[in-house]
This record gives sequence, structure tokens and C-alpha cells, in this order.
Amino acid sequence: MRWRLSPGTVIDGFELQEHLSTGGMAQLWTVSRPDDPVPLVMKIPLLVDGDDPLPIVCFETEQMIMPRLTGPHVPRFVAAGPLDPMPYIVMERIPGQSLKSRLEEVPLDWTEVAGIGAKVAHALHDLHLQHVIHLDVKPSNIMIRETGEVVLIDYGFARHERLPDLLAEEFREPFGTTPYMAPEQVLQDRADPRSDLFALGVMLYFFVSGERPYGTPRGGQIRRRLWRNPVPPRALNPHCPPWLQEVILRCLEVDPADRYATAAQLALDLENPEQVRLTERATRLEKDGGMKTFRRWLKARKAQPLESPNIAGQLSRAPIVLAAVDLSPGSEDLADSLRMMVGRILSIETEARIACVNVLKTSRIAVDILEDEEGRSLHVQRLVQLRHWGASLDIPKERISYSVLEAPDPAAALVDYARHNNVDHIVIGARASSALRRYLGSVSSQVVAEAPCSVTVVRTPKDRRAENG
Amino acid sequence: MLIAIMTDIHGNREAFEACLAHARLLGADRLILLGDYVGYGADPAWVVDRVRTLVAEGTVALLGNHDAAIDGSDEDMNSLAREAIQWTRGQLGQEQRRFLEGLPLTHEEGSVLYVHANGYAPRNWDYMSGPMEAVHHFSRVEAHVTFCGHVHVPMLYHMSTTAKIGTFAPVANNDIPLLATRAWLAVVGAVGQPRDGVAAANYAVFDTARQTLRYLRVPYDTAAAARKVREAGLPEKLALRLEQGR
Repeated sequence: MRWRLSPGTVIDGFELQEHLSTGGMAQLWTVSRPDDPVPLVMKIPLLVDGDDPLPIVCFETEQMIMPRLTGPHVPRFVAAGPLDPMPYIVMERIPGQSLKSRLEEVPLDWTEVAGIGAKVAHALHDLHLQHVIHLDVKPSNIMIRETGEVVLIDYGFARHERLPDLLAEEFREPFGTTPYMAPEQVLQDRADPRSDLFALGVMLYFFVSGERPYGTPRGGQIRRRLWRNPVPPRALNPHCPPWLQEVILRCLEVDPADRYATAAQLALDLENPEQVRLTERATRLEKDGGMKTFRRWLKARKAQPLESPNIAGQLSRAPIVLAAVDLSPGSEDLADSLRMMVGRILSIETEARIACVNVLKTSRIAVDILEDEEGRSLHVQRLVQLRHWGASLDIPKERISYSVLEAPDPAAALVDYARHNNVDHIVIGARASSALRRYLGSVSSQVVAEAPCSVTVVRTPKDRRAENG
Repeated sequence: MLIAIMTDIHGNREAFEACLAHARLLGADRLILLGDYVGYGADPAWVVDRVRTLVAEGTVALLGNHDAAIDGSDEDMNSLAREAIQWTRGQLGQEQRRFLEGLPLTHEEGSVLYVHANGYAPRNWDYMSGPMEAVHHFSRVEAHVTFCGHVHVPMLYHMSTTAKIGTFAPVANNDIPLLATRAWLAVVGAVGQPRDGVAAANYAVFDTARQTLRYLRVPYDTAAAARKVREAGLPEKLALRLEQGR
């Protein structure tokens, strides 16, 4: 049955209003239903060409995945219709335009690019935590809510690790948006969440430099990204700071293991430029020469799809661990015990990132004088002590960072930090219980009560013995 | 409505009881059994009696090849299965045998088909053991969703509008939408003799309103079930299988 769609047509109780767009695979209409004030949009797959199964399989994929997604970074699913009377998906309408509307203005200011990157990375992490890889991250699939959160739209190419992958079963050729496809997607590996970080890297590169790192390749040219690395963004736009080039080029690494382990770790770097560990990537001004490229080409000839990693596994190997370090005099034993515990976590969670945090307590009322008698900033002094504490941990420098927070309420500051930075695990010391501490309340117990993640509370052997004695 | 689907109980009282209790807790409204109540396990009489009671209460129970072999031929079976069937015959009384004999091969509800082995020739007991066999099934069976057992290992096959076959190894405790746009063949794993290396009972729950399927794993007292197999003098391998789930 063919439907003539026009404003006023009613499908399963939804009345078509305005035709928004017709893309390669679907039509988009605003719709309304009686007694529902929420603005809605209906997506109707184009099933004109009966020989091309792509629109229908993408529609099926979206129909499977969308109802399971929750949170501010996805459009809220409302309803779906099967083939009879006609296929459709109705979802919340996100007001405004996608990031595609910004493409006319590239290159964008680098501060804005870093801000967009962090927001998209937060959204991707939230999606990955729901066992889903987007696999089609690009400006036209990214919207920004009025409240500021990024919304990822269009799950036609997405992969849910606990549901059948209809696309992989249907097609034996790579498919996707070629400028943004990760090398492993070219090899038809659809199981790595770090593919989304590659696509985000392509987008940030485009925004900051004004050019696509791999152009718009067709056919066999797509494979070139397996060996040819892009011109560094700073060669195209000298305003791009070295740290941002470091972050973008790390996202664009051919081997997923050389990229950020998780989107949360990427967001942490984009929001804390001073903590980005600069390597040769930051200063590179041209793409690699013949010999290096040739060696990568040789390797790429033999490249096969990787064995299927799992999304939940990748995320759990690479948690962000917050070490809340107390540096006050008399806490040396506790700081040692804390370091041992963090060391143990590192030996199990091999790609963990450690955020060492110390809170400099400020008074709620008076304007604090954050300098001691000798005029050295307390803040800097704490940072030096914190670095000293972390120096003996066996971890590559790009995976450890140091922050001193200034706040009147240390526990609240730690919990806020954990929430904003997608921290998976807080490790915090606690001194032995005493009447005074019970009266004042302890930082660790407040953190345990309020933290959004797992918390490990560490005590010293001395305190354990005192407790037993 | 939530329909619990169980199959290949094979005289394993401990596994069957654990699954029935699990389904009750989950709030299943109905139960459909896909056959093979006897063979391999040490409690065939108890299981058949339990199934008779359930059928009296409205449960649909289908015939499996081991059930059919009680009063029929066992010559197509491997030696292990035959030995178990010969022992089982001595355990069942006239009424229990008559009950098994009278079980139907298939059950249909709308566009959903329930069967022990396969949908196109239920009595030849062909196994749905891979995508090639699934092609065979999809090309001959009209049903939108087919549930079968017989293989002992859970698997989900599906066919797209362009007749491409997909194979999916399901994860337990996860709702899979059975999209109206494709045909589905759901192999439910065994209650009483799992063979995928996990020594926990299998069953599945079909939510007819939401059109979703959930595979489940239920741990049960494998030590007790294996001990009874040994005490009954059944082949040692049958006890080991329960302990190892393979």
C-alpha cells in the first residue's frame, strides 16, 4: 500500500504537520497527536527502490535500538510502526539545527571546537555505557539542546552489543559515511566503541582546520586511511593550539589501542588542556613521509577485522579512577596506603586513567588568603606535593593527571568532580573513627553517601591494629 | 502476556523445578513445553507426572523425539541416548506412557509456531543446528516466529526482507525485539541437559504484547542431579554432562 503523505494525513493517531526534509534514506515530518503538547518528529524510511535493502535494514536497526536508549543525549523514543500500514518511528523533536549548519563557518574558533568536542564526548560515553556504538558520528547527526547537552541522533548504523547486528548480516561491503569512518569500520569491524572517537576526531579536525582530514573518498580510496595519516591541523590553522592537535591526532590513530580508551578519558583531556600530555603529535607540521607510510601500507595489506571486543569490557578495562589524596601533616601513612590501593587497581584495570585530586579547603565567609608567609601560592605547593605522591605509581604520564580543587566543602567538591568527569571509582582514605570525628563527620563517609560511582575507603594498617587492640 | 517456554527437560527434576520457580517469580502467565521430558536424567516418572499436572492446569506440552521413542523405535538414536531410553522405559507406568503417546507435535497461536525440532517436518526430528538448516526452515515455514528446542544450545536465527539469514548467540536476561519486518527462529536451550559449557538450565520468555524475547539461565543443584544419575546406574558420561554443562 502506497501512501501519499501530505500535511493532515493521520498515521496511527499521529497527524503530519510540516515536511522537514527528505534525506537519502528517510523523510522527516513534524507530527502531533491529540492531548500531547510535546513537539514530535516522525521518521519514515524511503522504501522506493525495492532492490536496495539499506533503508529498511537501517530502519529495523533504529527500531530495535532506540526504545532502549535513555538520558539527555538521545531523542526520547515515542512509538514505532511496523511495515503495516507503513513503517515509521516517532520521537521527541529536538529544537534547533544540527552541527551541519556550522560547516559554512569553518574553521571555527578553537575554543569553541574544544567545547563542542567535550560535549560530544560526554554524550558518546553515556551512549557507550548503554552498550551502544553510534558508528555514524558526524555534524548532521549532532544536535544541541537548549540546556546545552549534545543529542546524538540517527541510529540507523548503530550497534547494540546485546542485540543481533542486522547490518553486518545483510551487507558484505563496508558502509557508512566515508569521510568519518574509522579504519576498523573500513575492515567491517563494528564492535569497537573507539570507532566513535575516530569519527569525532575527524569532525574536530574539520571544524578547526576547515578541511576534512581524508577528503571525501570513494570506493577503494577509503582504505587509504589505514596507512596515510592526515596533514596536522596546525599546518592548516596555526591558531589551533598544540594540545588540541595532540588530542585530535590521537583520536585519528589507525590502531584503536593508540586512541583514547574511552570517550570519558577524551572529555577529561578536552576540558583540562593543561593536563594533556604533549607528544610528537603536538608539534608535527606535516604528514608522515614515504618510508613510514610505506611500512604502514605493508601492515595494512594484511589487516583483518579485529576480533570482537565488547563495549562493556572496553569501558571496564579503562575506568577513570579518582584518587582523593589528603596531604595534610600527619596523613603520610594514609597517603601511602592510598597509593598502594591505587597501584593494585592499576594492575587489574590496565587502561585505567588516574585523576589525583586534593581539595584545598576554603572558608565559606572570609576572603581567603591563599598564600602562606613566604608568599608561595598554597595551590602550587599542593600541586607539587600531589605530583610527588603520584610519581611512584607505575603508569604512563598521559594516563595520570593532578588537580587541586578549592572549595569550602571537600566532600561536595569531590562528588561534583566525579559526576562531571564520568569517574567510575573513587579511592579515598579515612582516618580511624574517634569521638571528635564522629561529631564533625568525615569527608569519606559523605563521599560514600553521595558519590554517583563505586567508592573504596582505605585505612592504614596502624589504624586497623588500633581498632583490634 | 508473558509465555515461558521450556524444552529438553530430560528427566532432570532439579533443573525443571528451578526453572518453574524462576518463571513463577518472573510473573509468567503461561507455560509452553516443547518436548523431551524423559531420557538421560534420573527422574523421568516425576517429570512426566509434573507435566501431566501442568497440562491439566492449561499448559501446552508438545512431543519430543525421546518421548516418542518410549513406545516407538529408538534405532535412530546414538548409543548413549538409546541406553538411557531403555532404562527409562522401565521407570514409566502405563498411564505415563499413554500420556506421552498422546502429545501433539506442533502448536500454533496466530503467526507463532511451537515445535520440538523443526517446523517443516516435525516428525523427522531434523536439528536446527546452523544457518543452513535455518534457511531450510525459513523457506518452508510461513510463521513469523517459530520456537523450537532439540539442539540444547540457545540460538536465534532471523531472515530479512531480502532473505538474508542472521545468526545471533543470545545473552541471558536481555529483551530482544522480534521485529515484524523479519521472520524469526528461536532455538531455546535445554532445561535438563545444557551443552554450551554453562551448567545452568535454559529457558525463554516471550512477551506477546511487546513482541520481545528474553533468554534466561537458571542455576540449579547439578550435584544432586548428577548423583542421582550415577545412583541409577546410568552411563557416567550423562552425570558428567550435567556437572560440566557440555
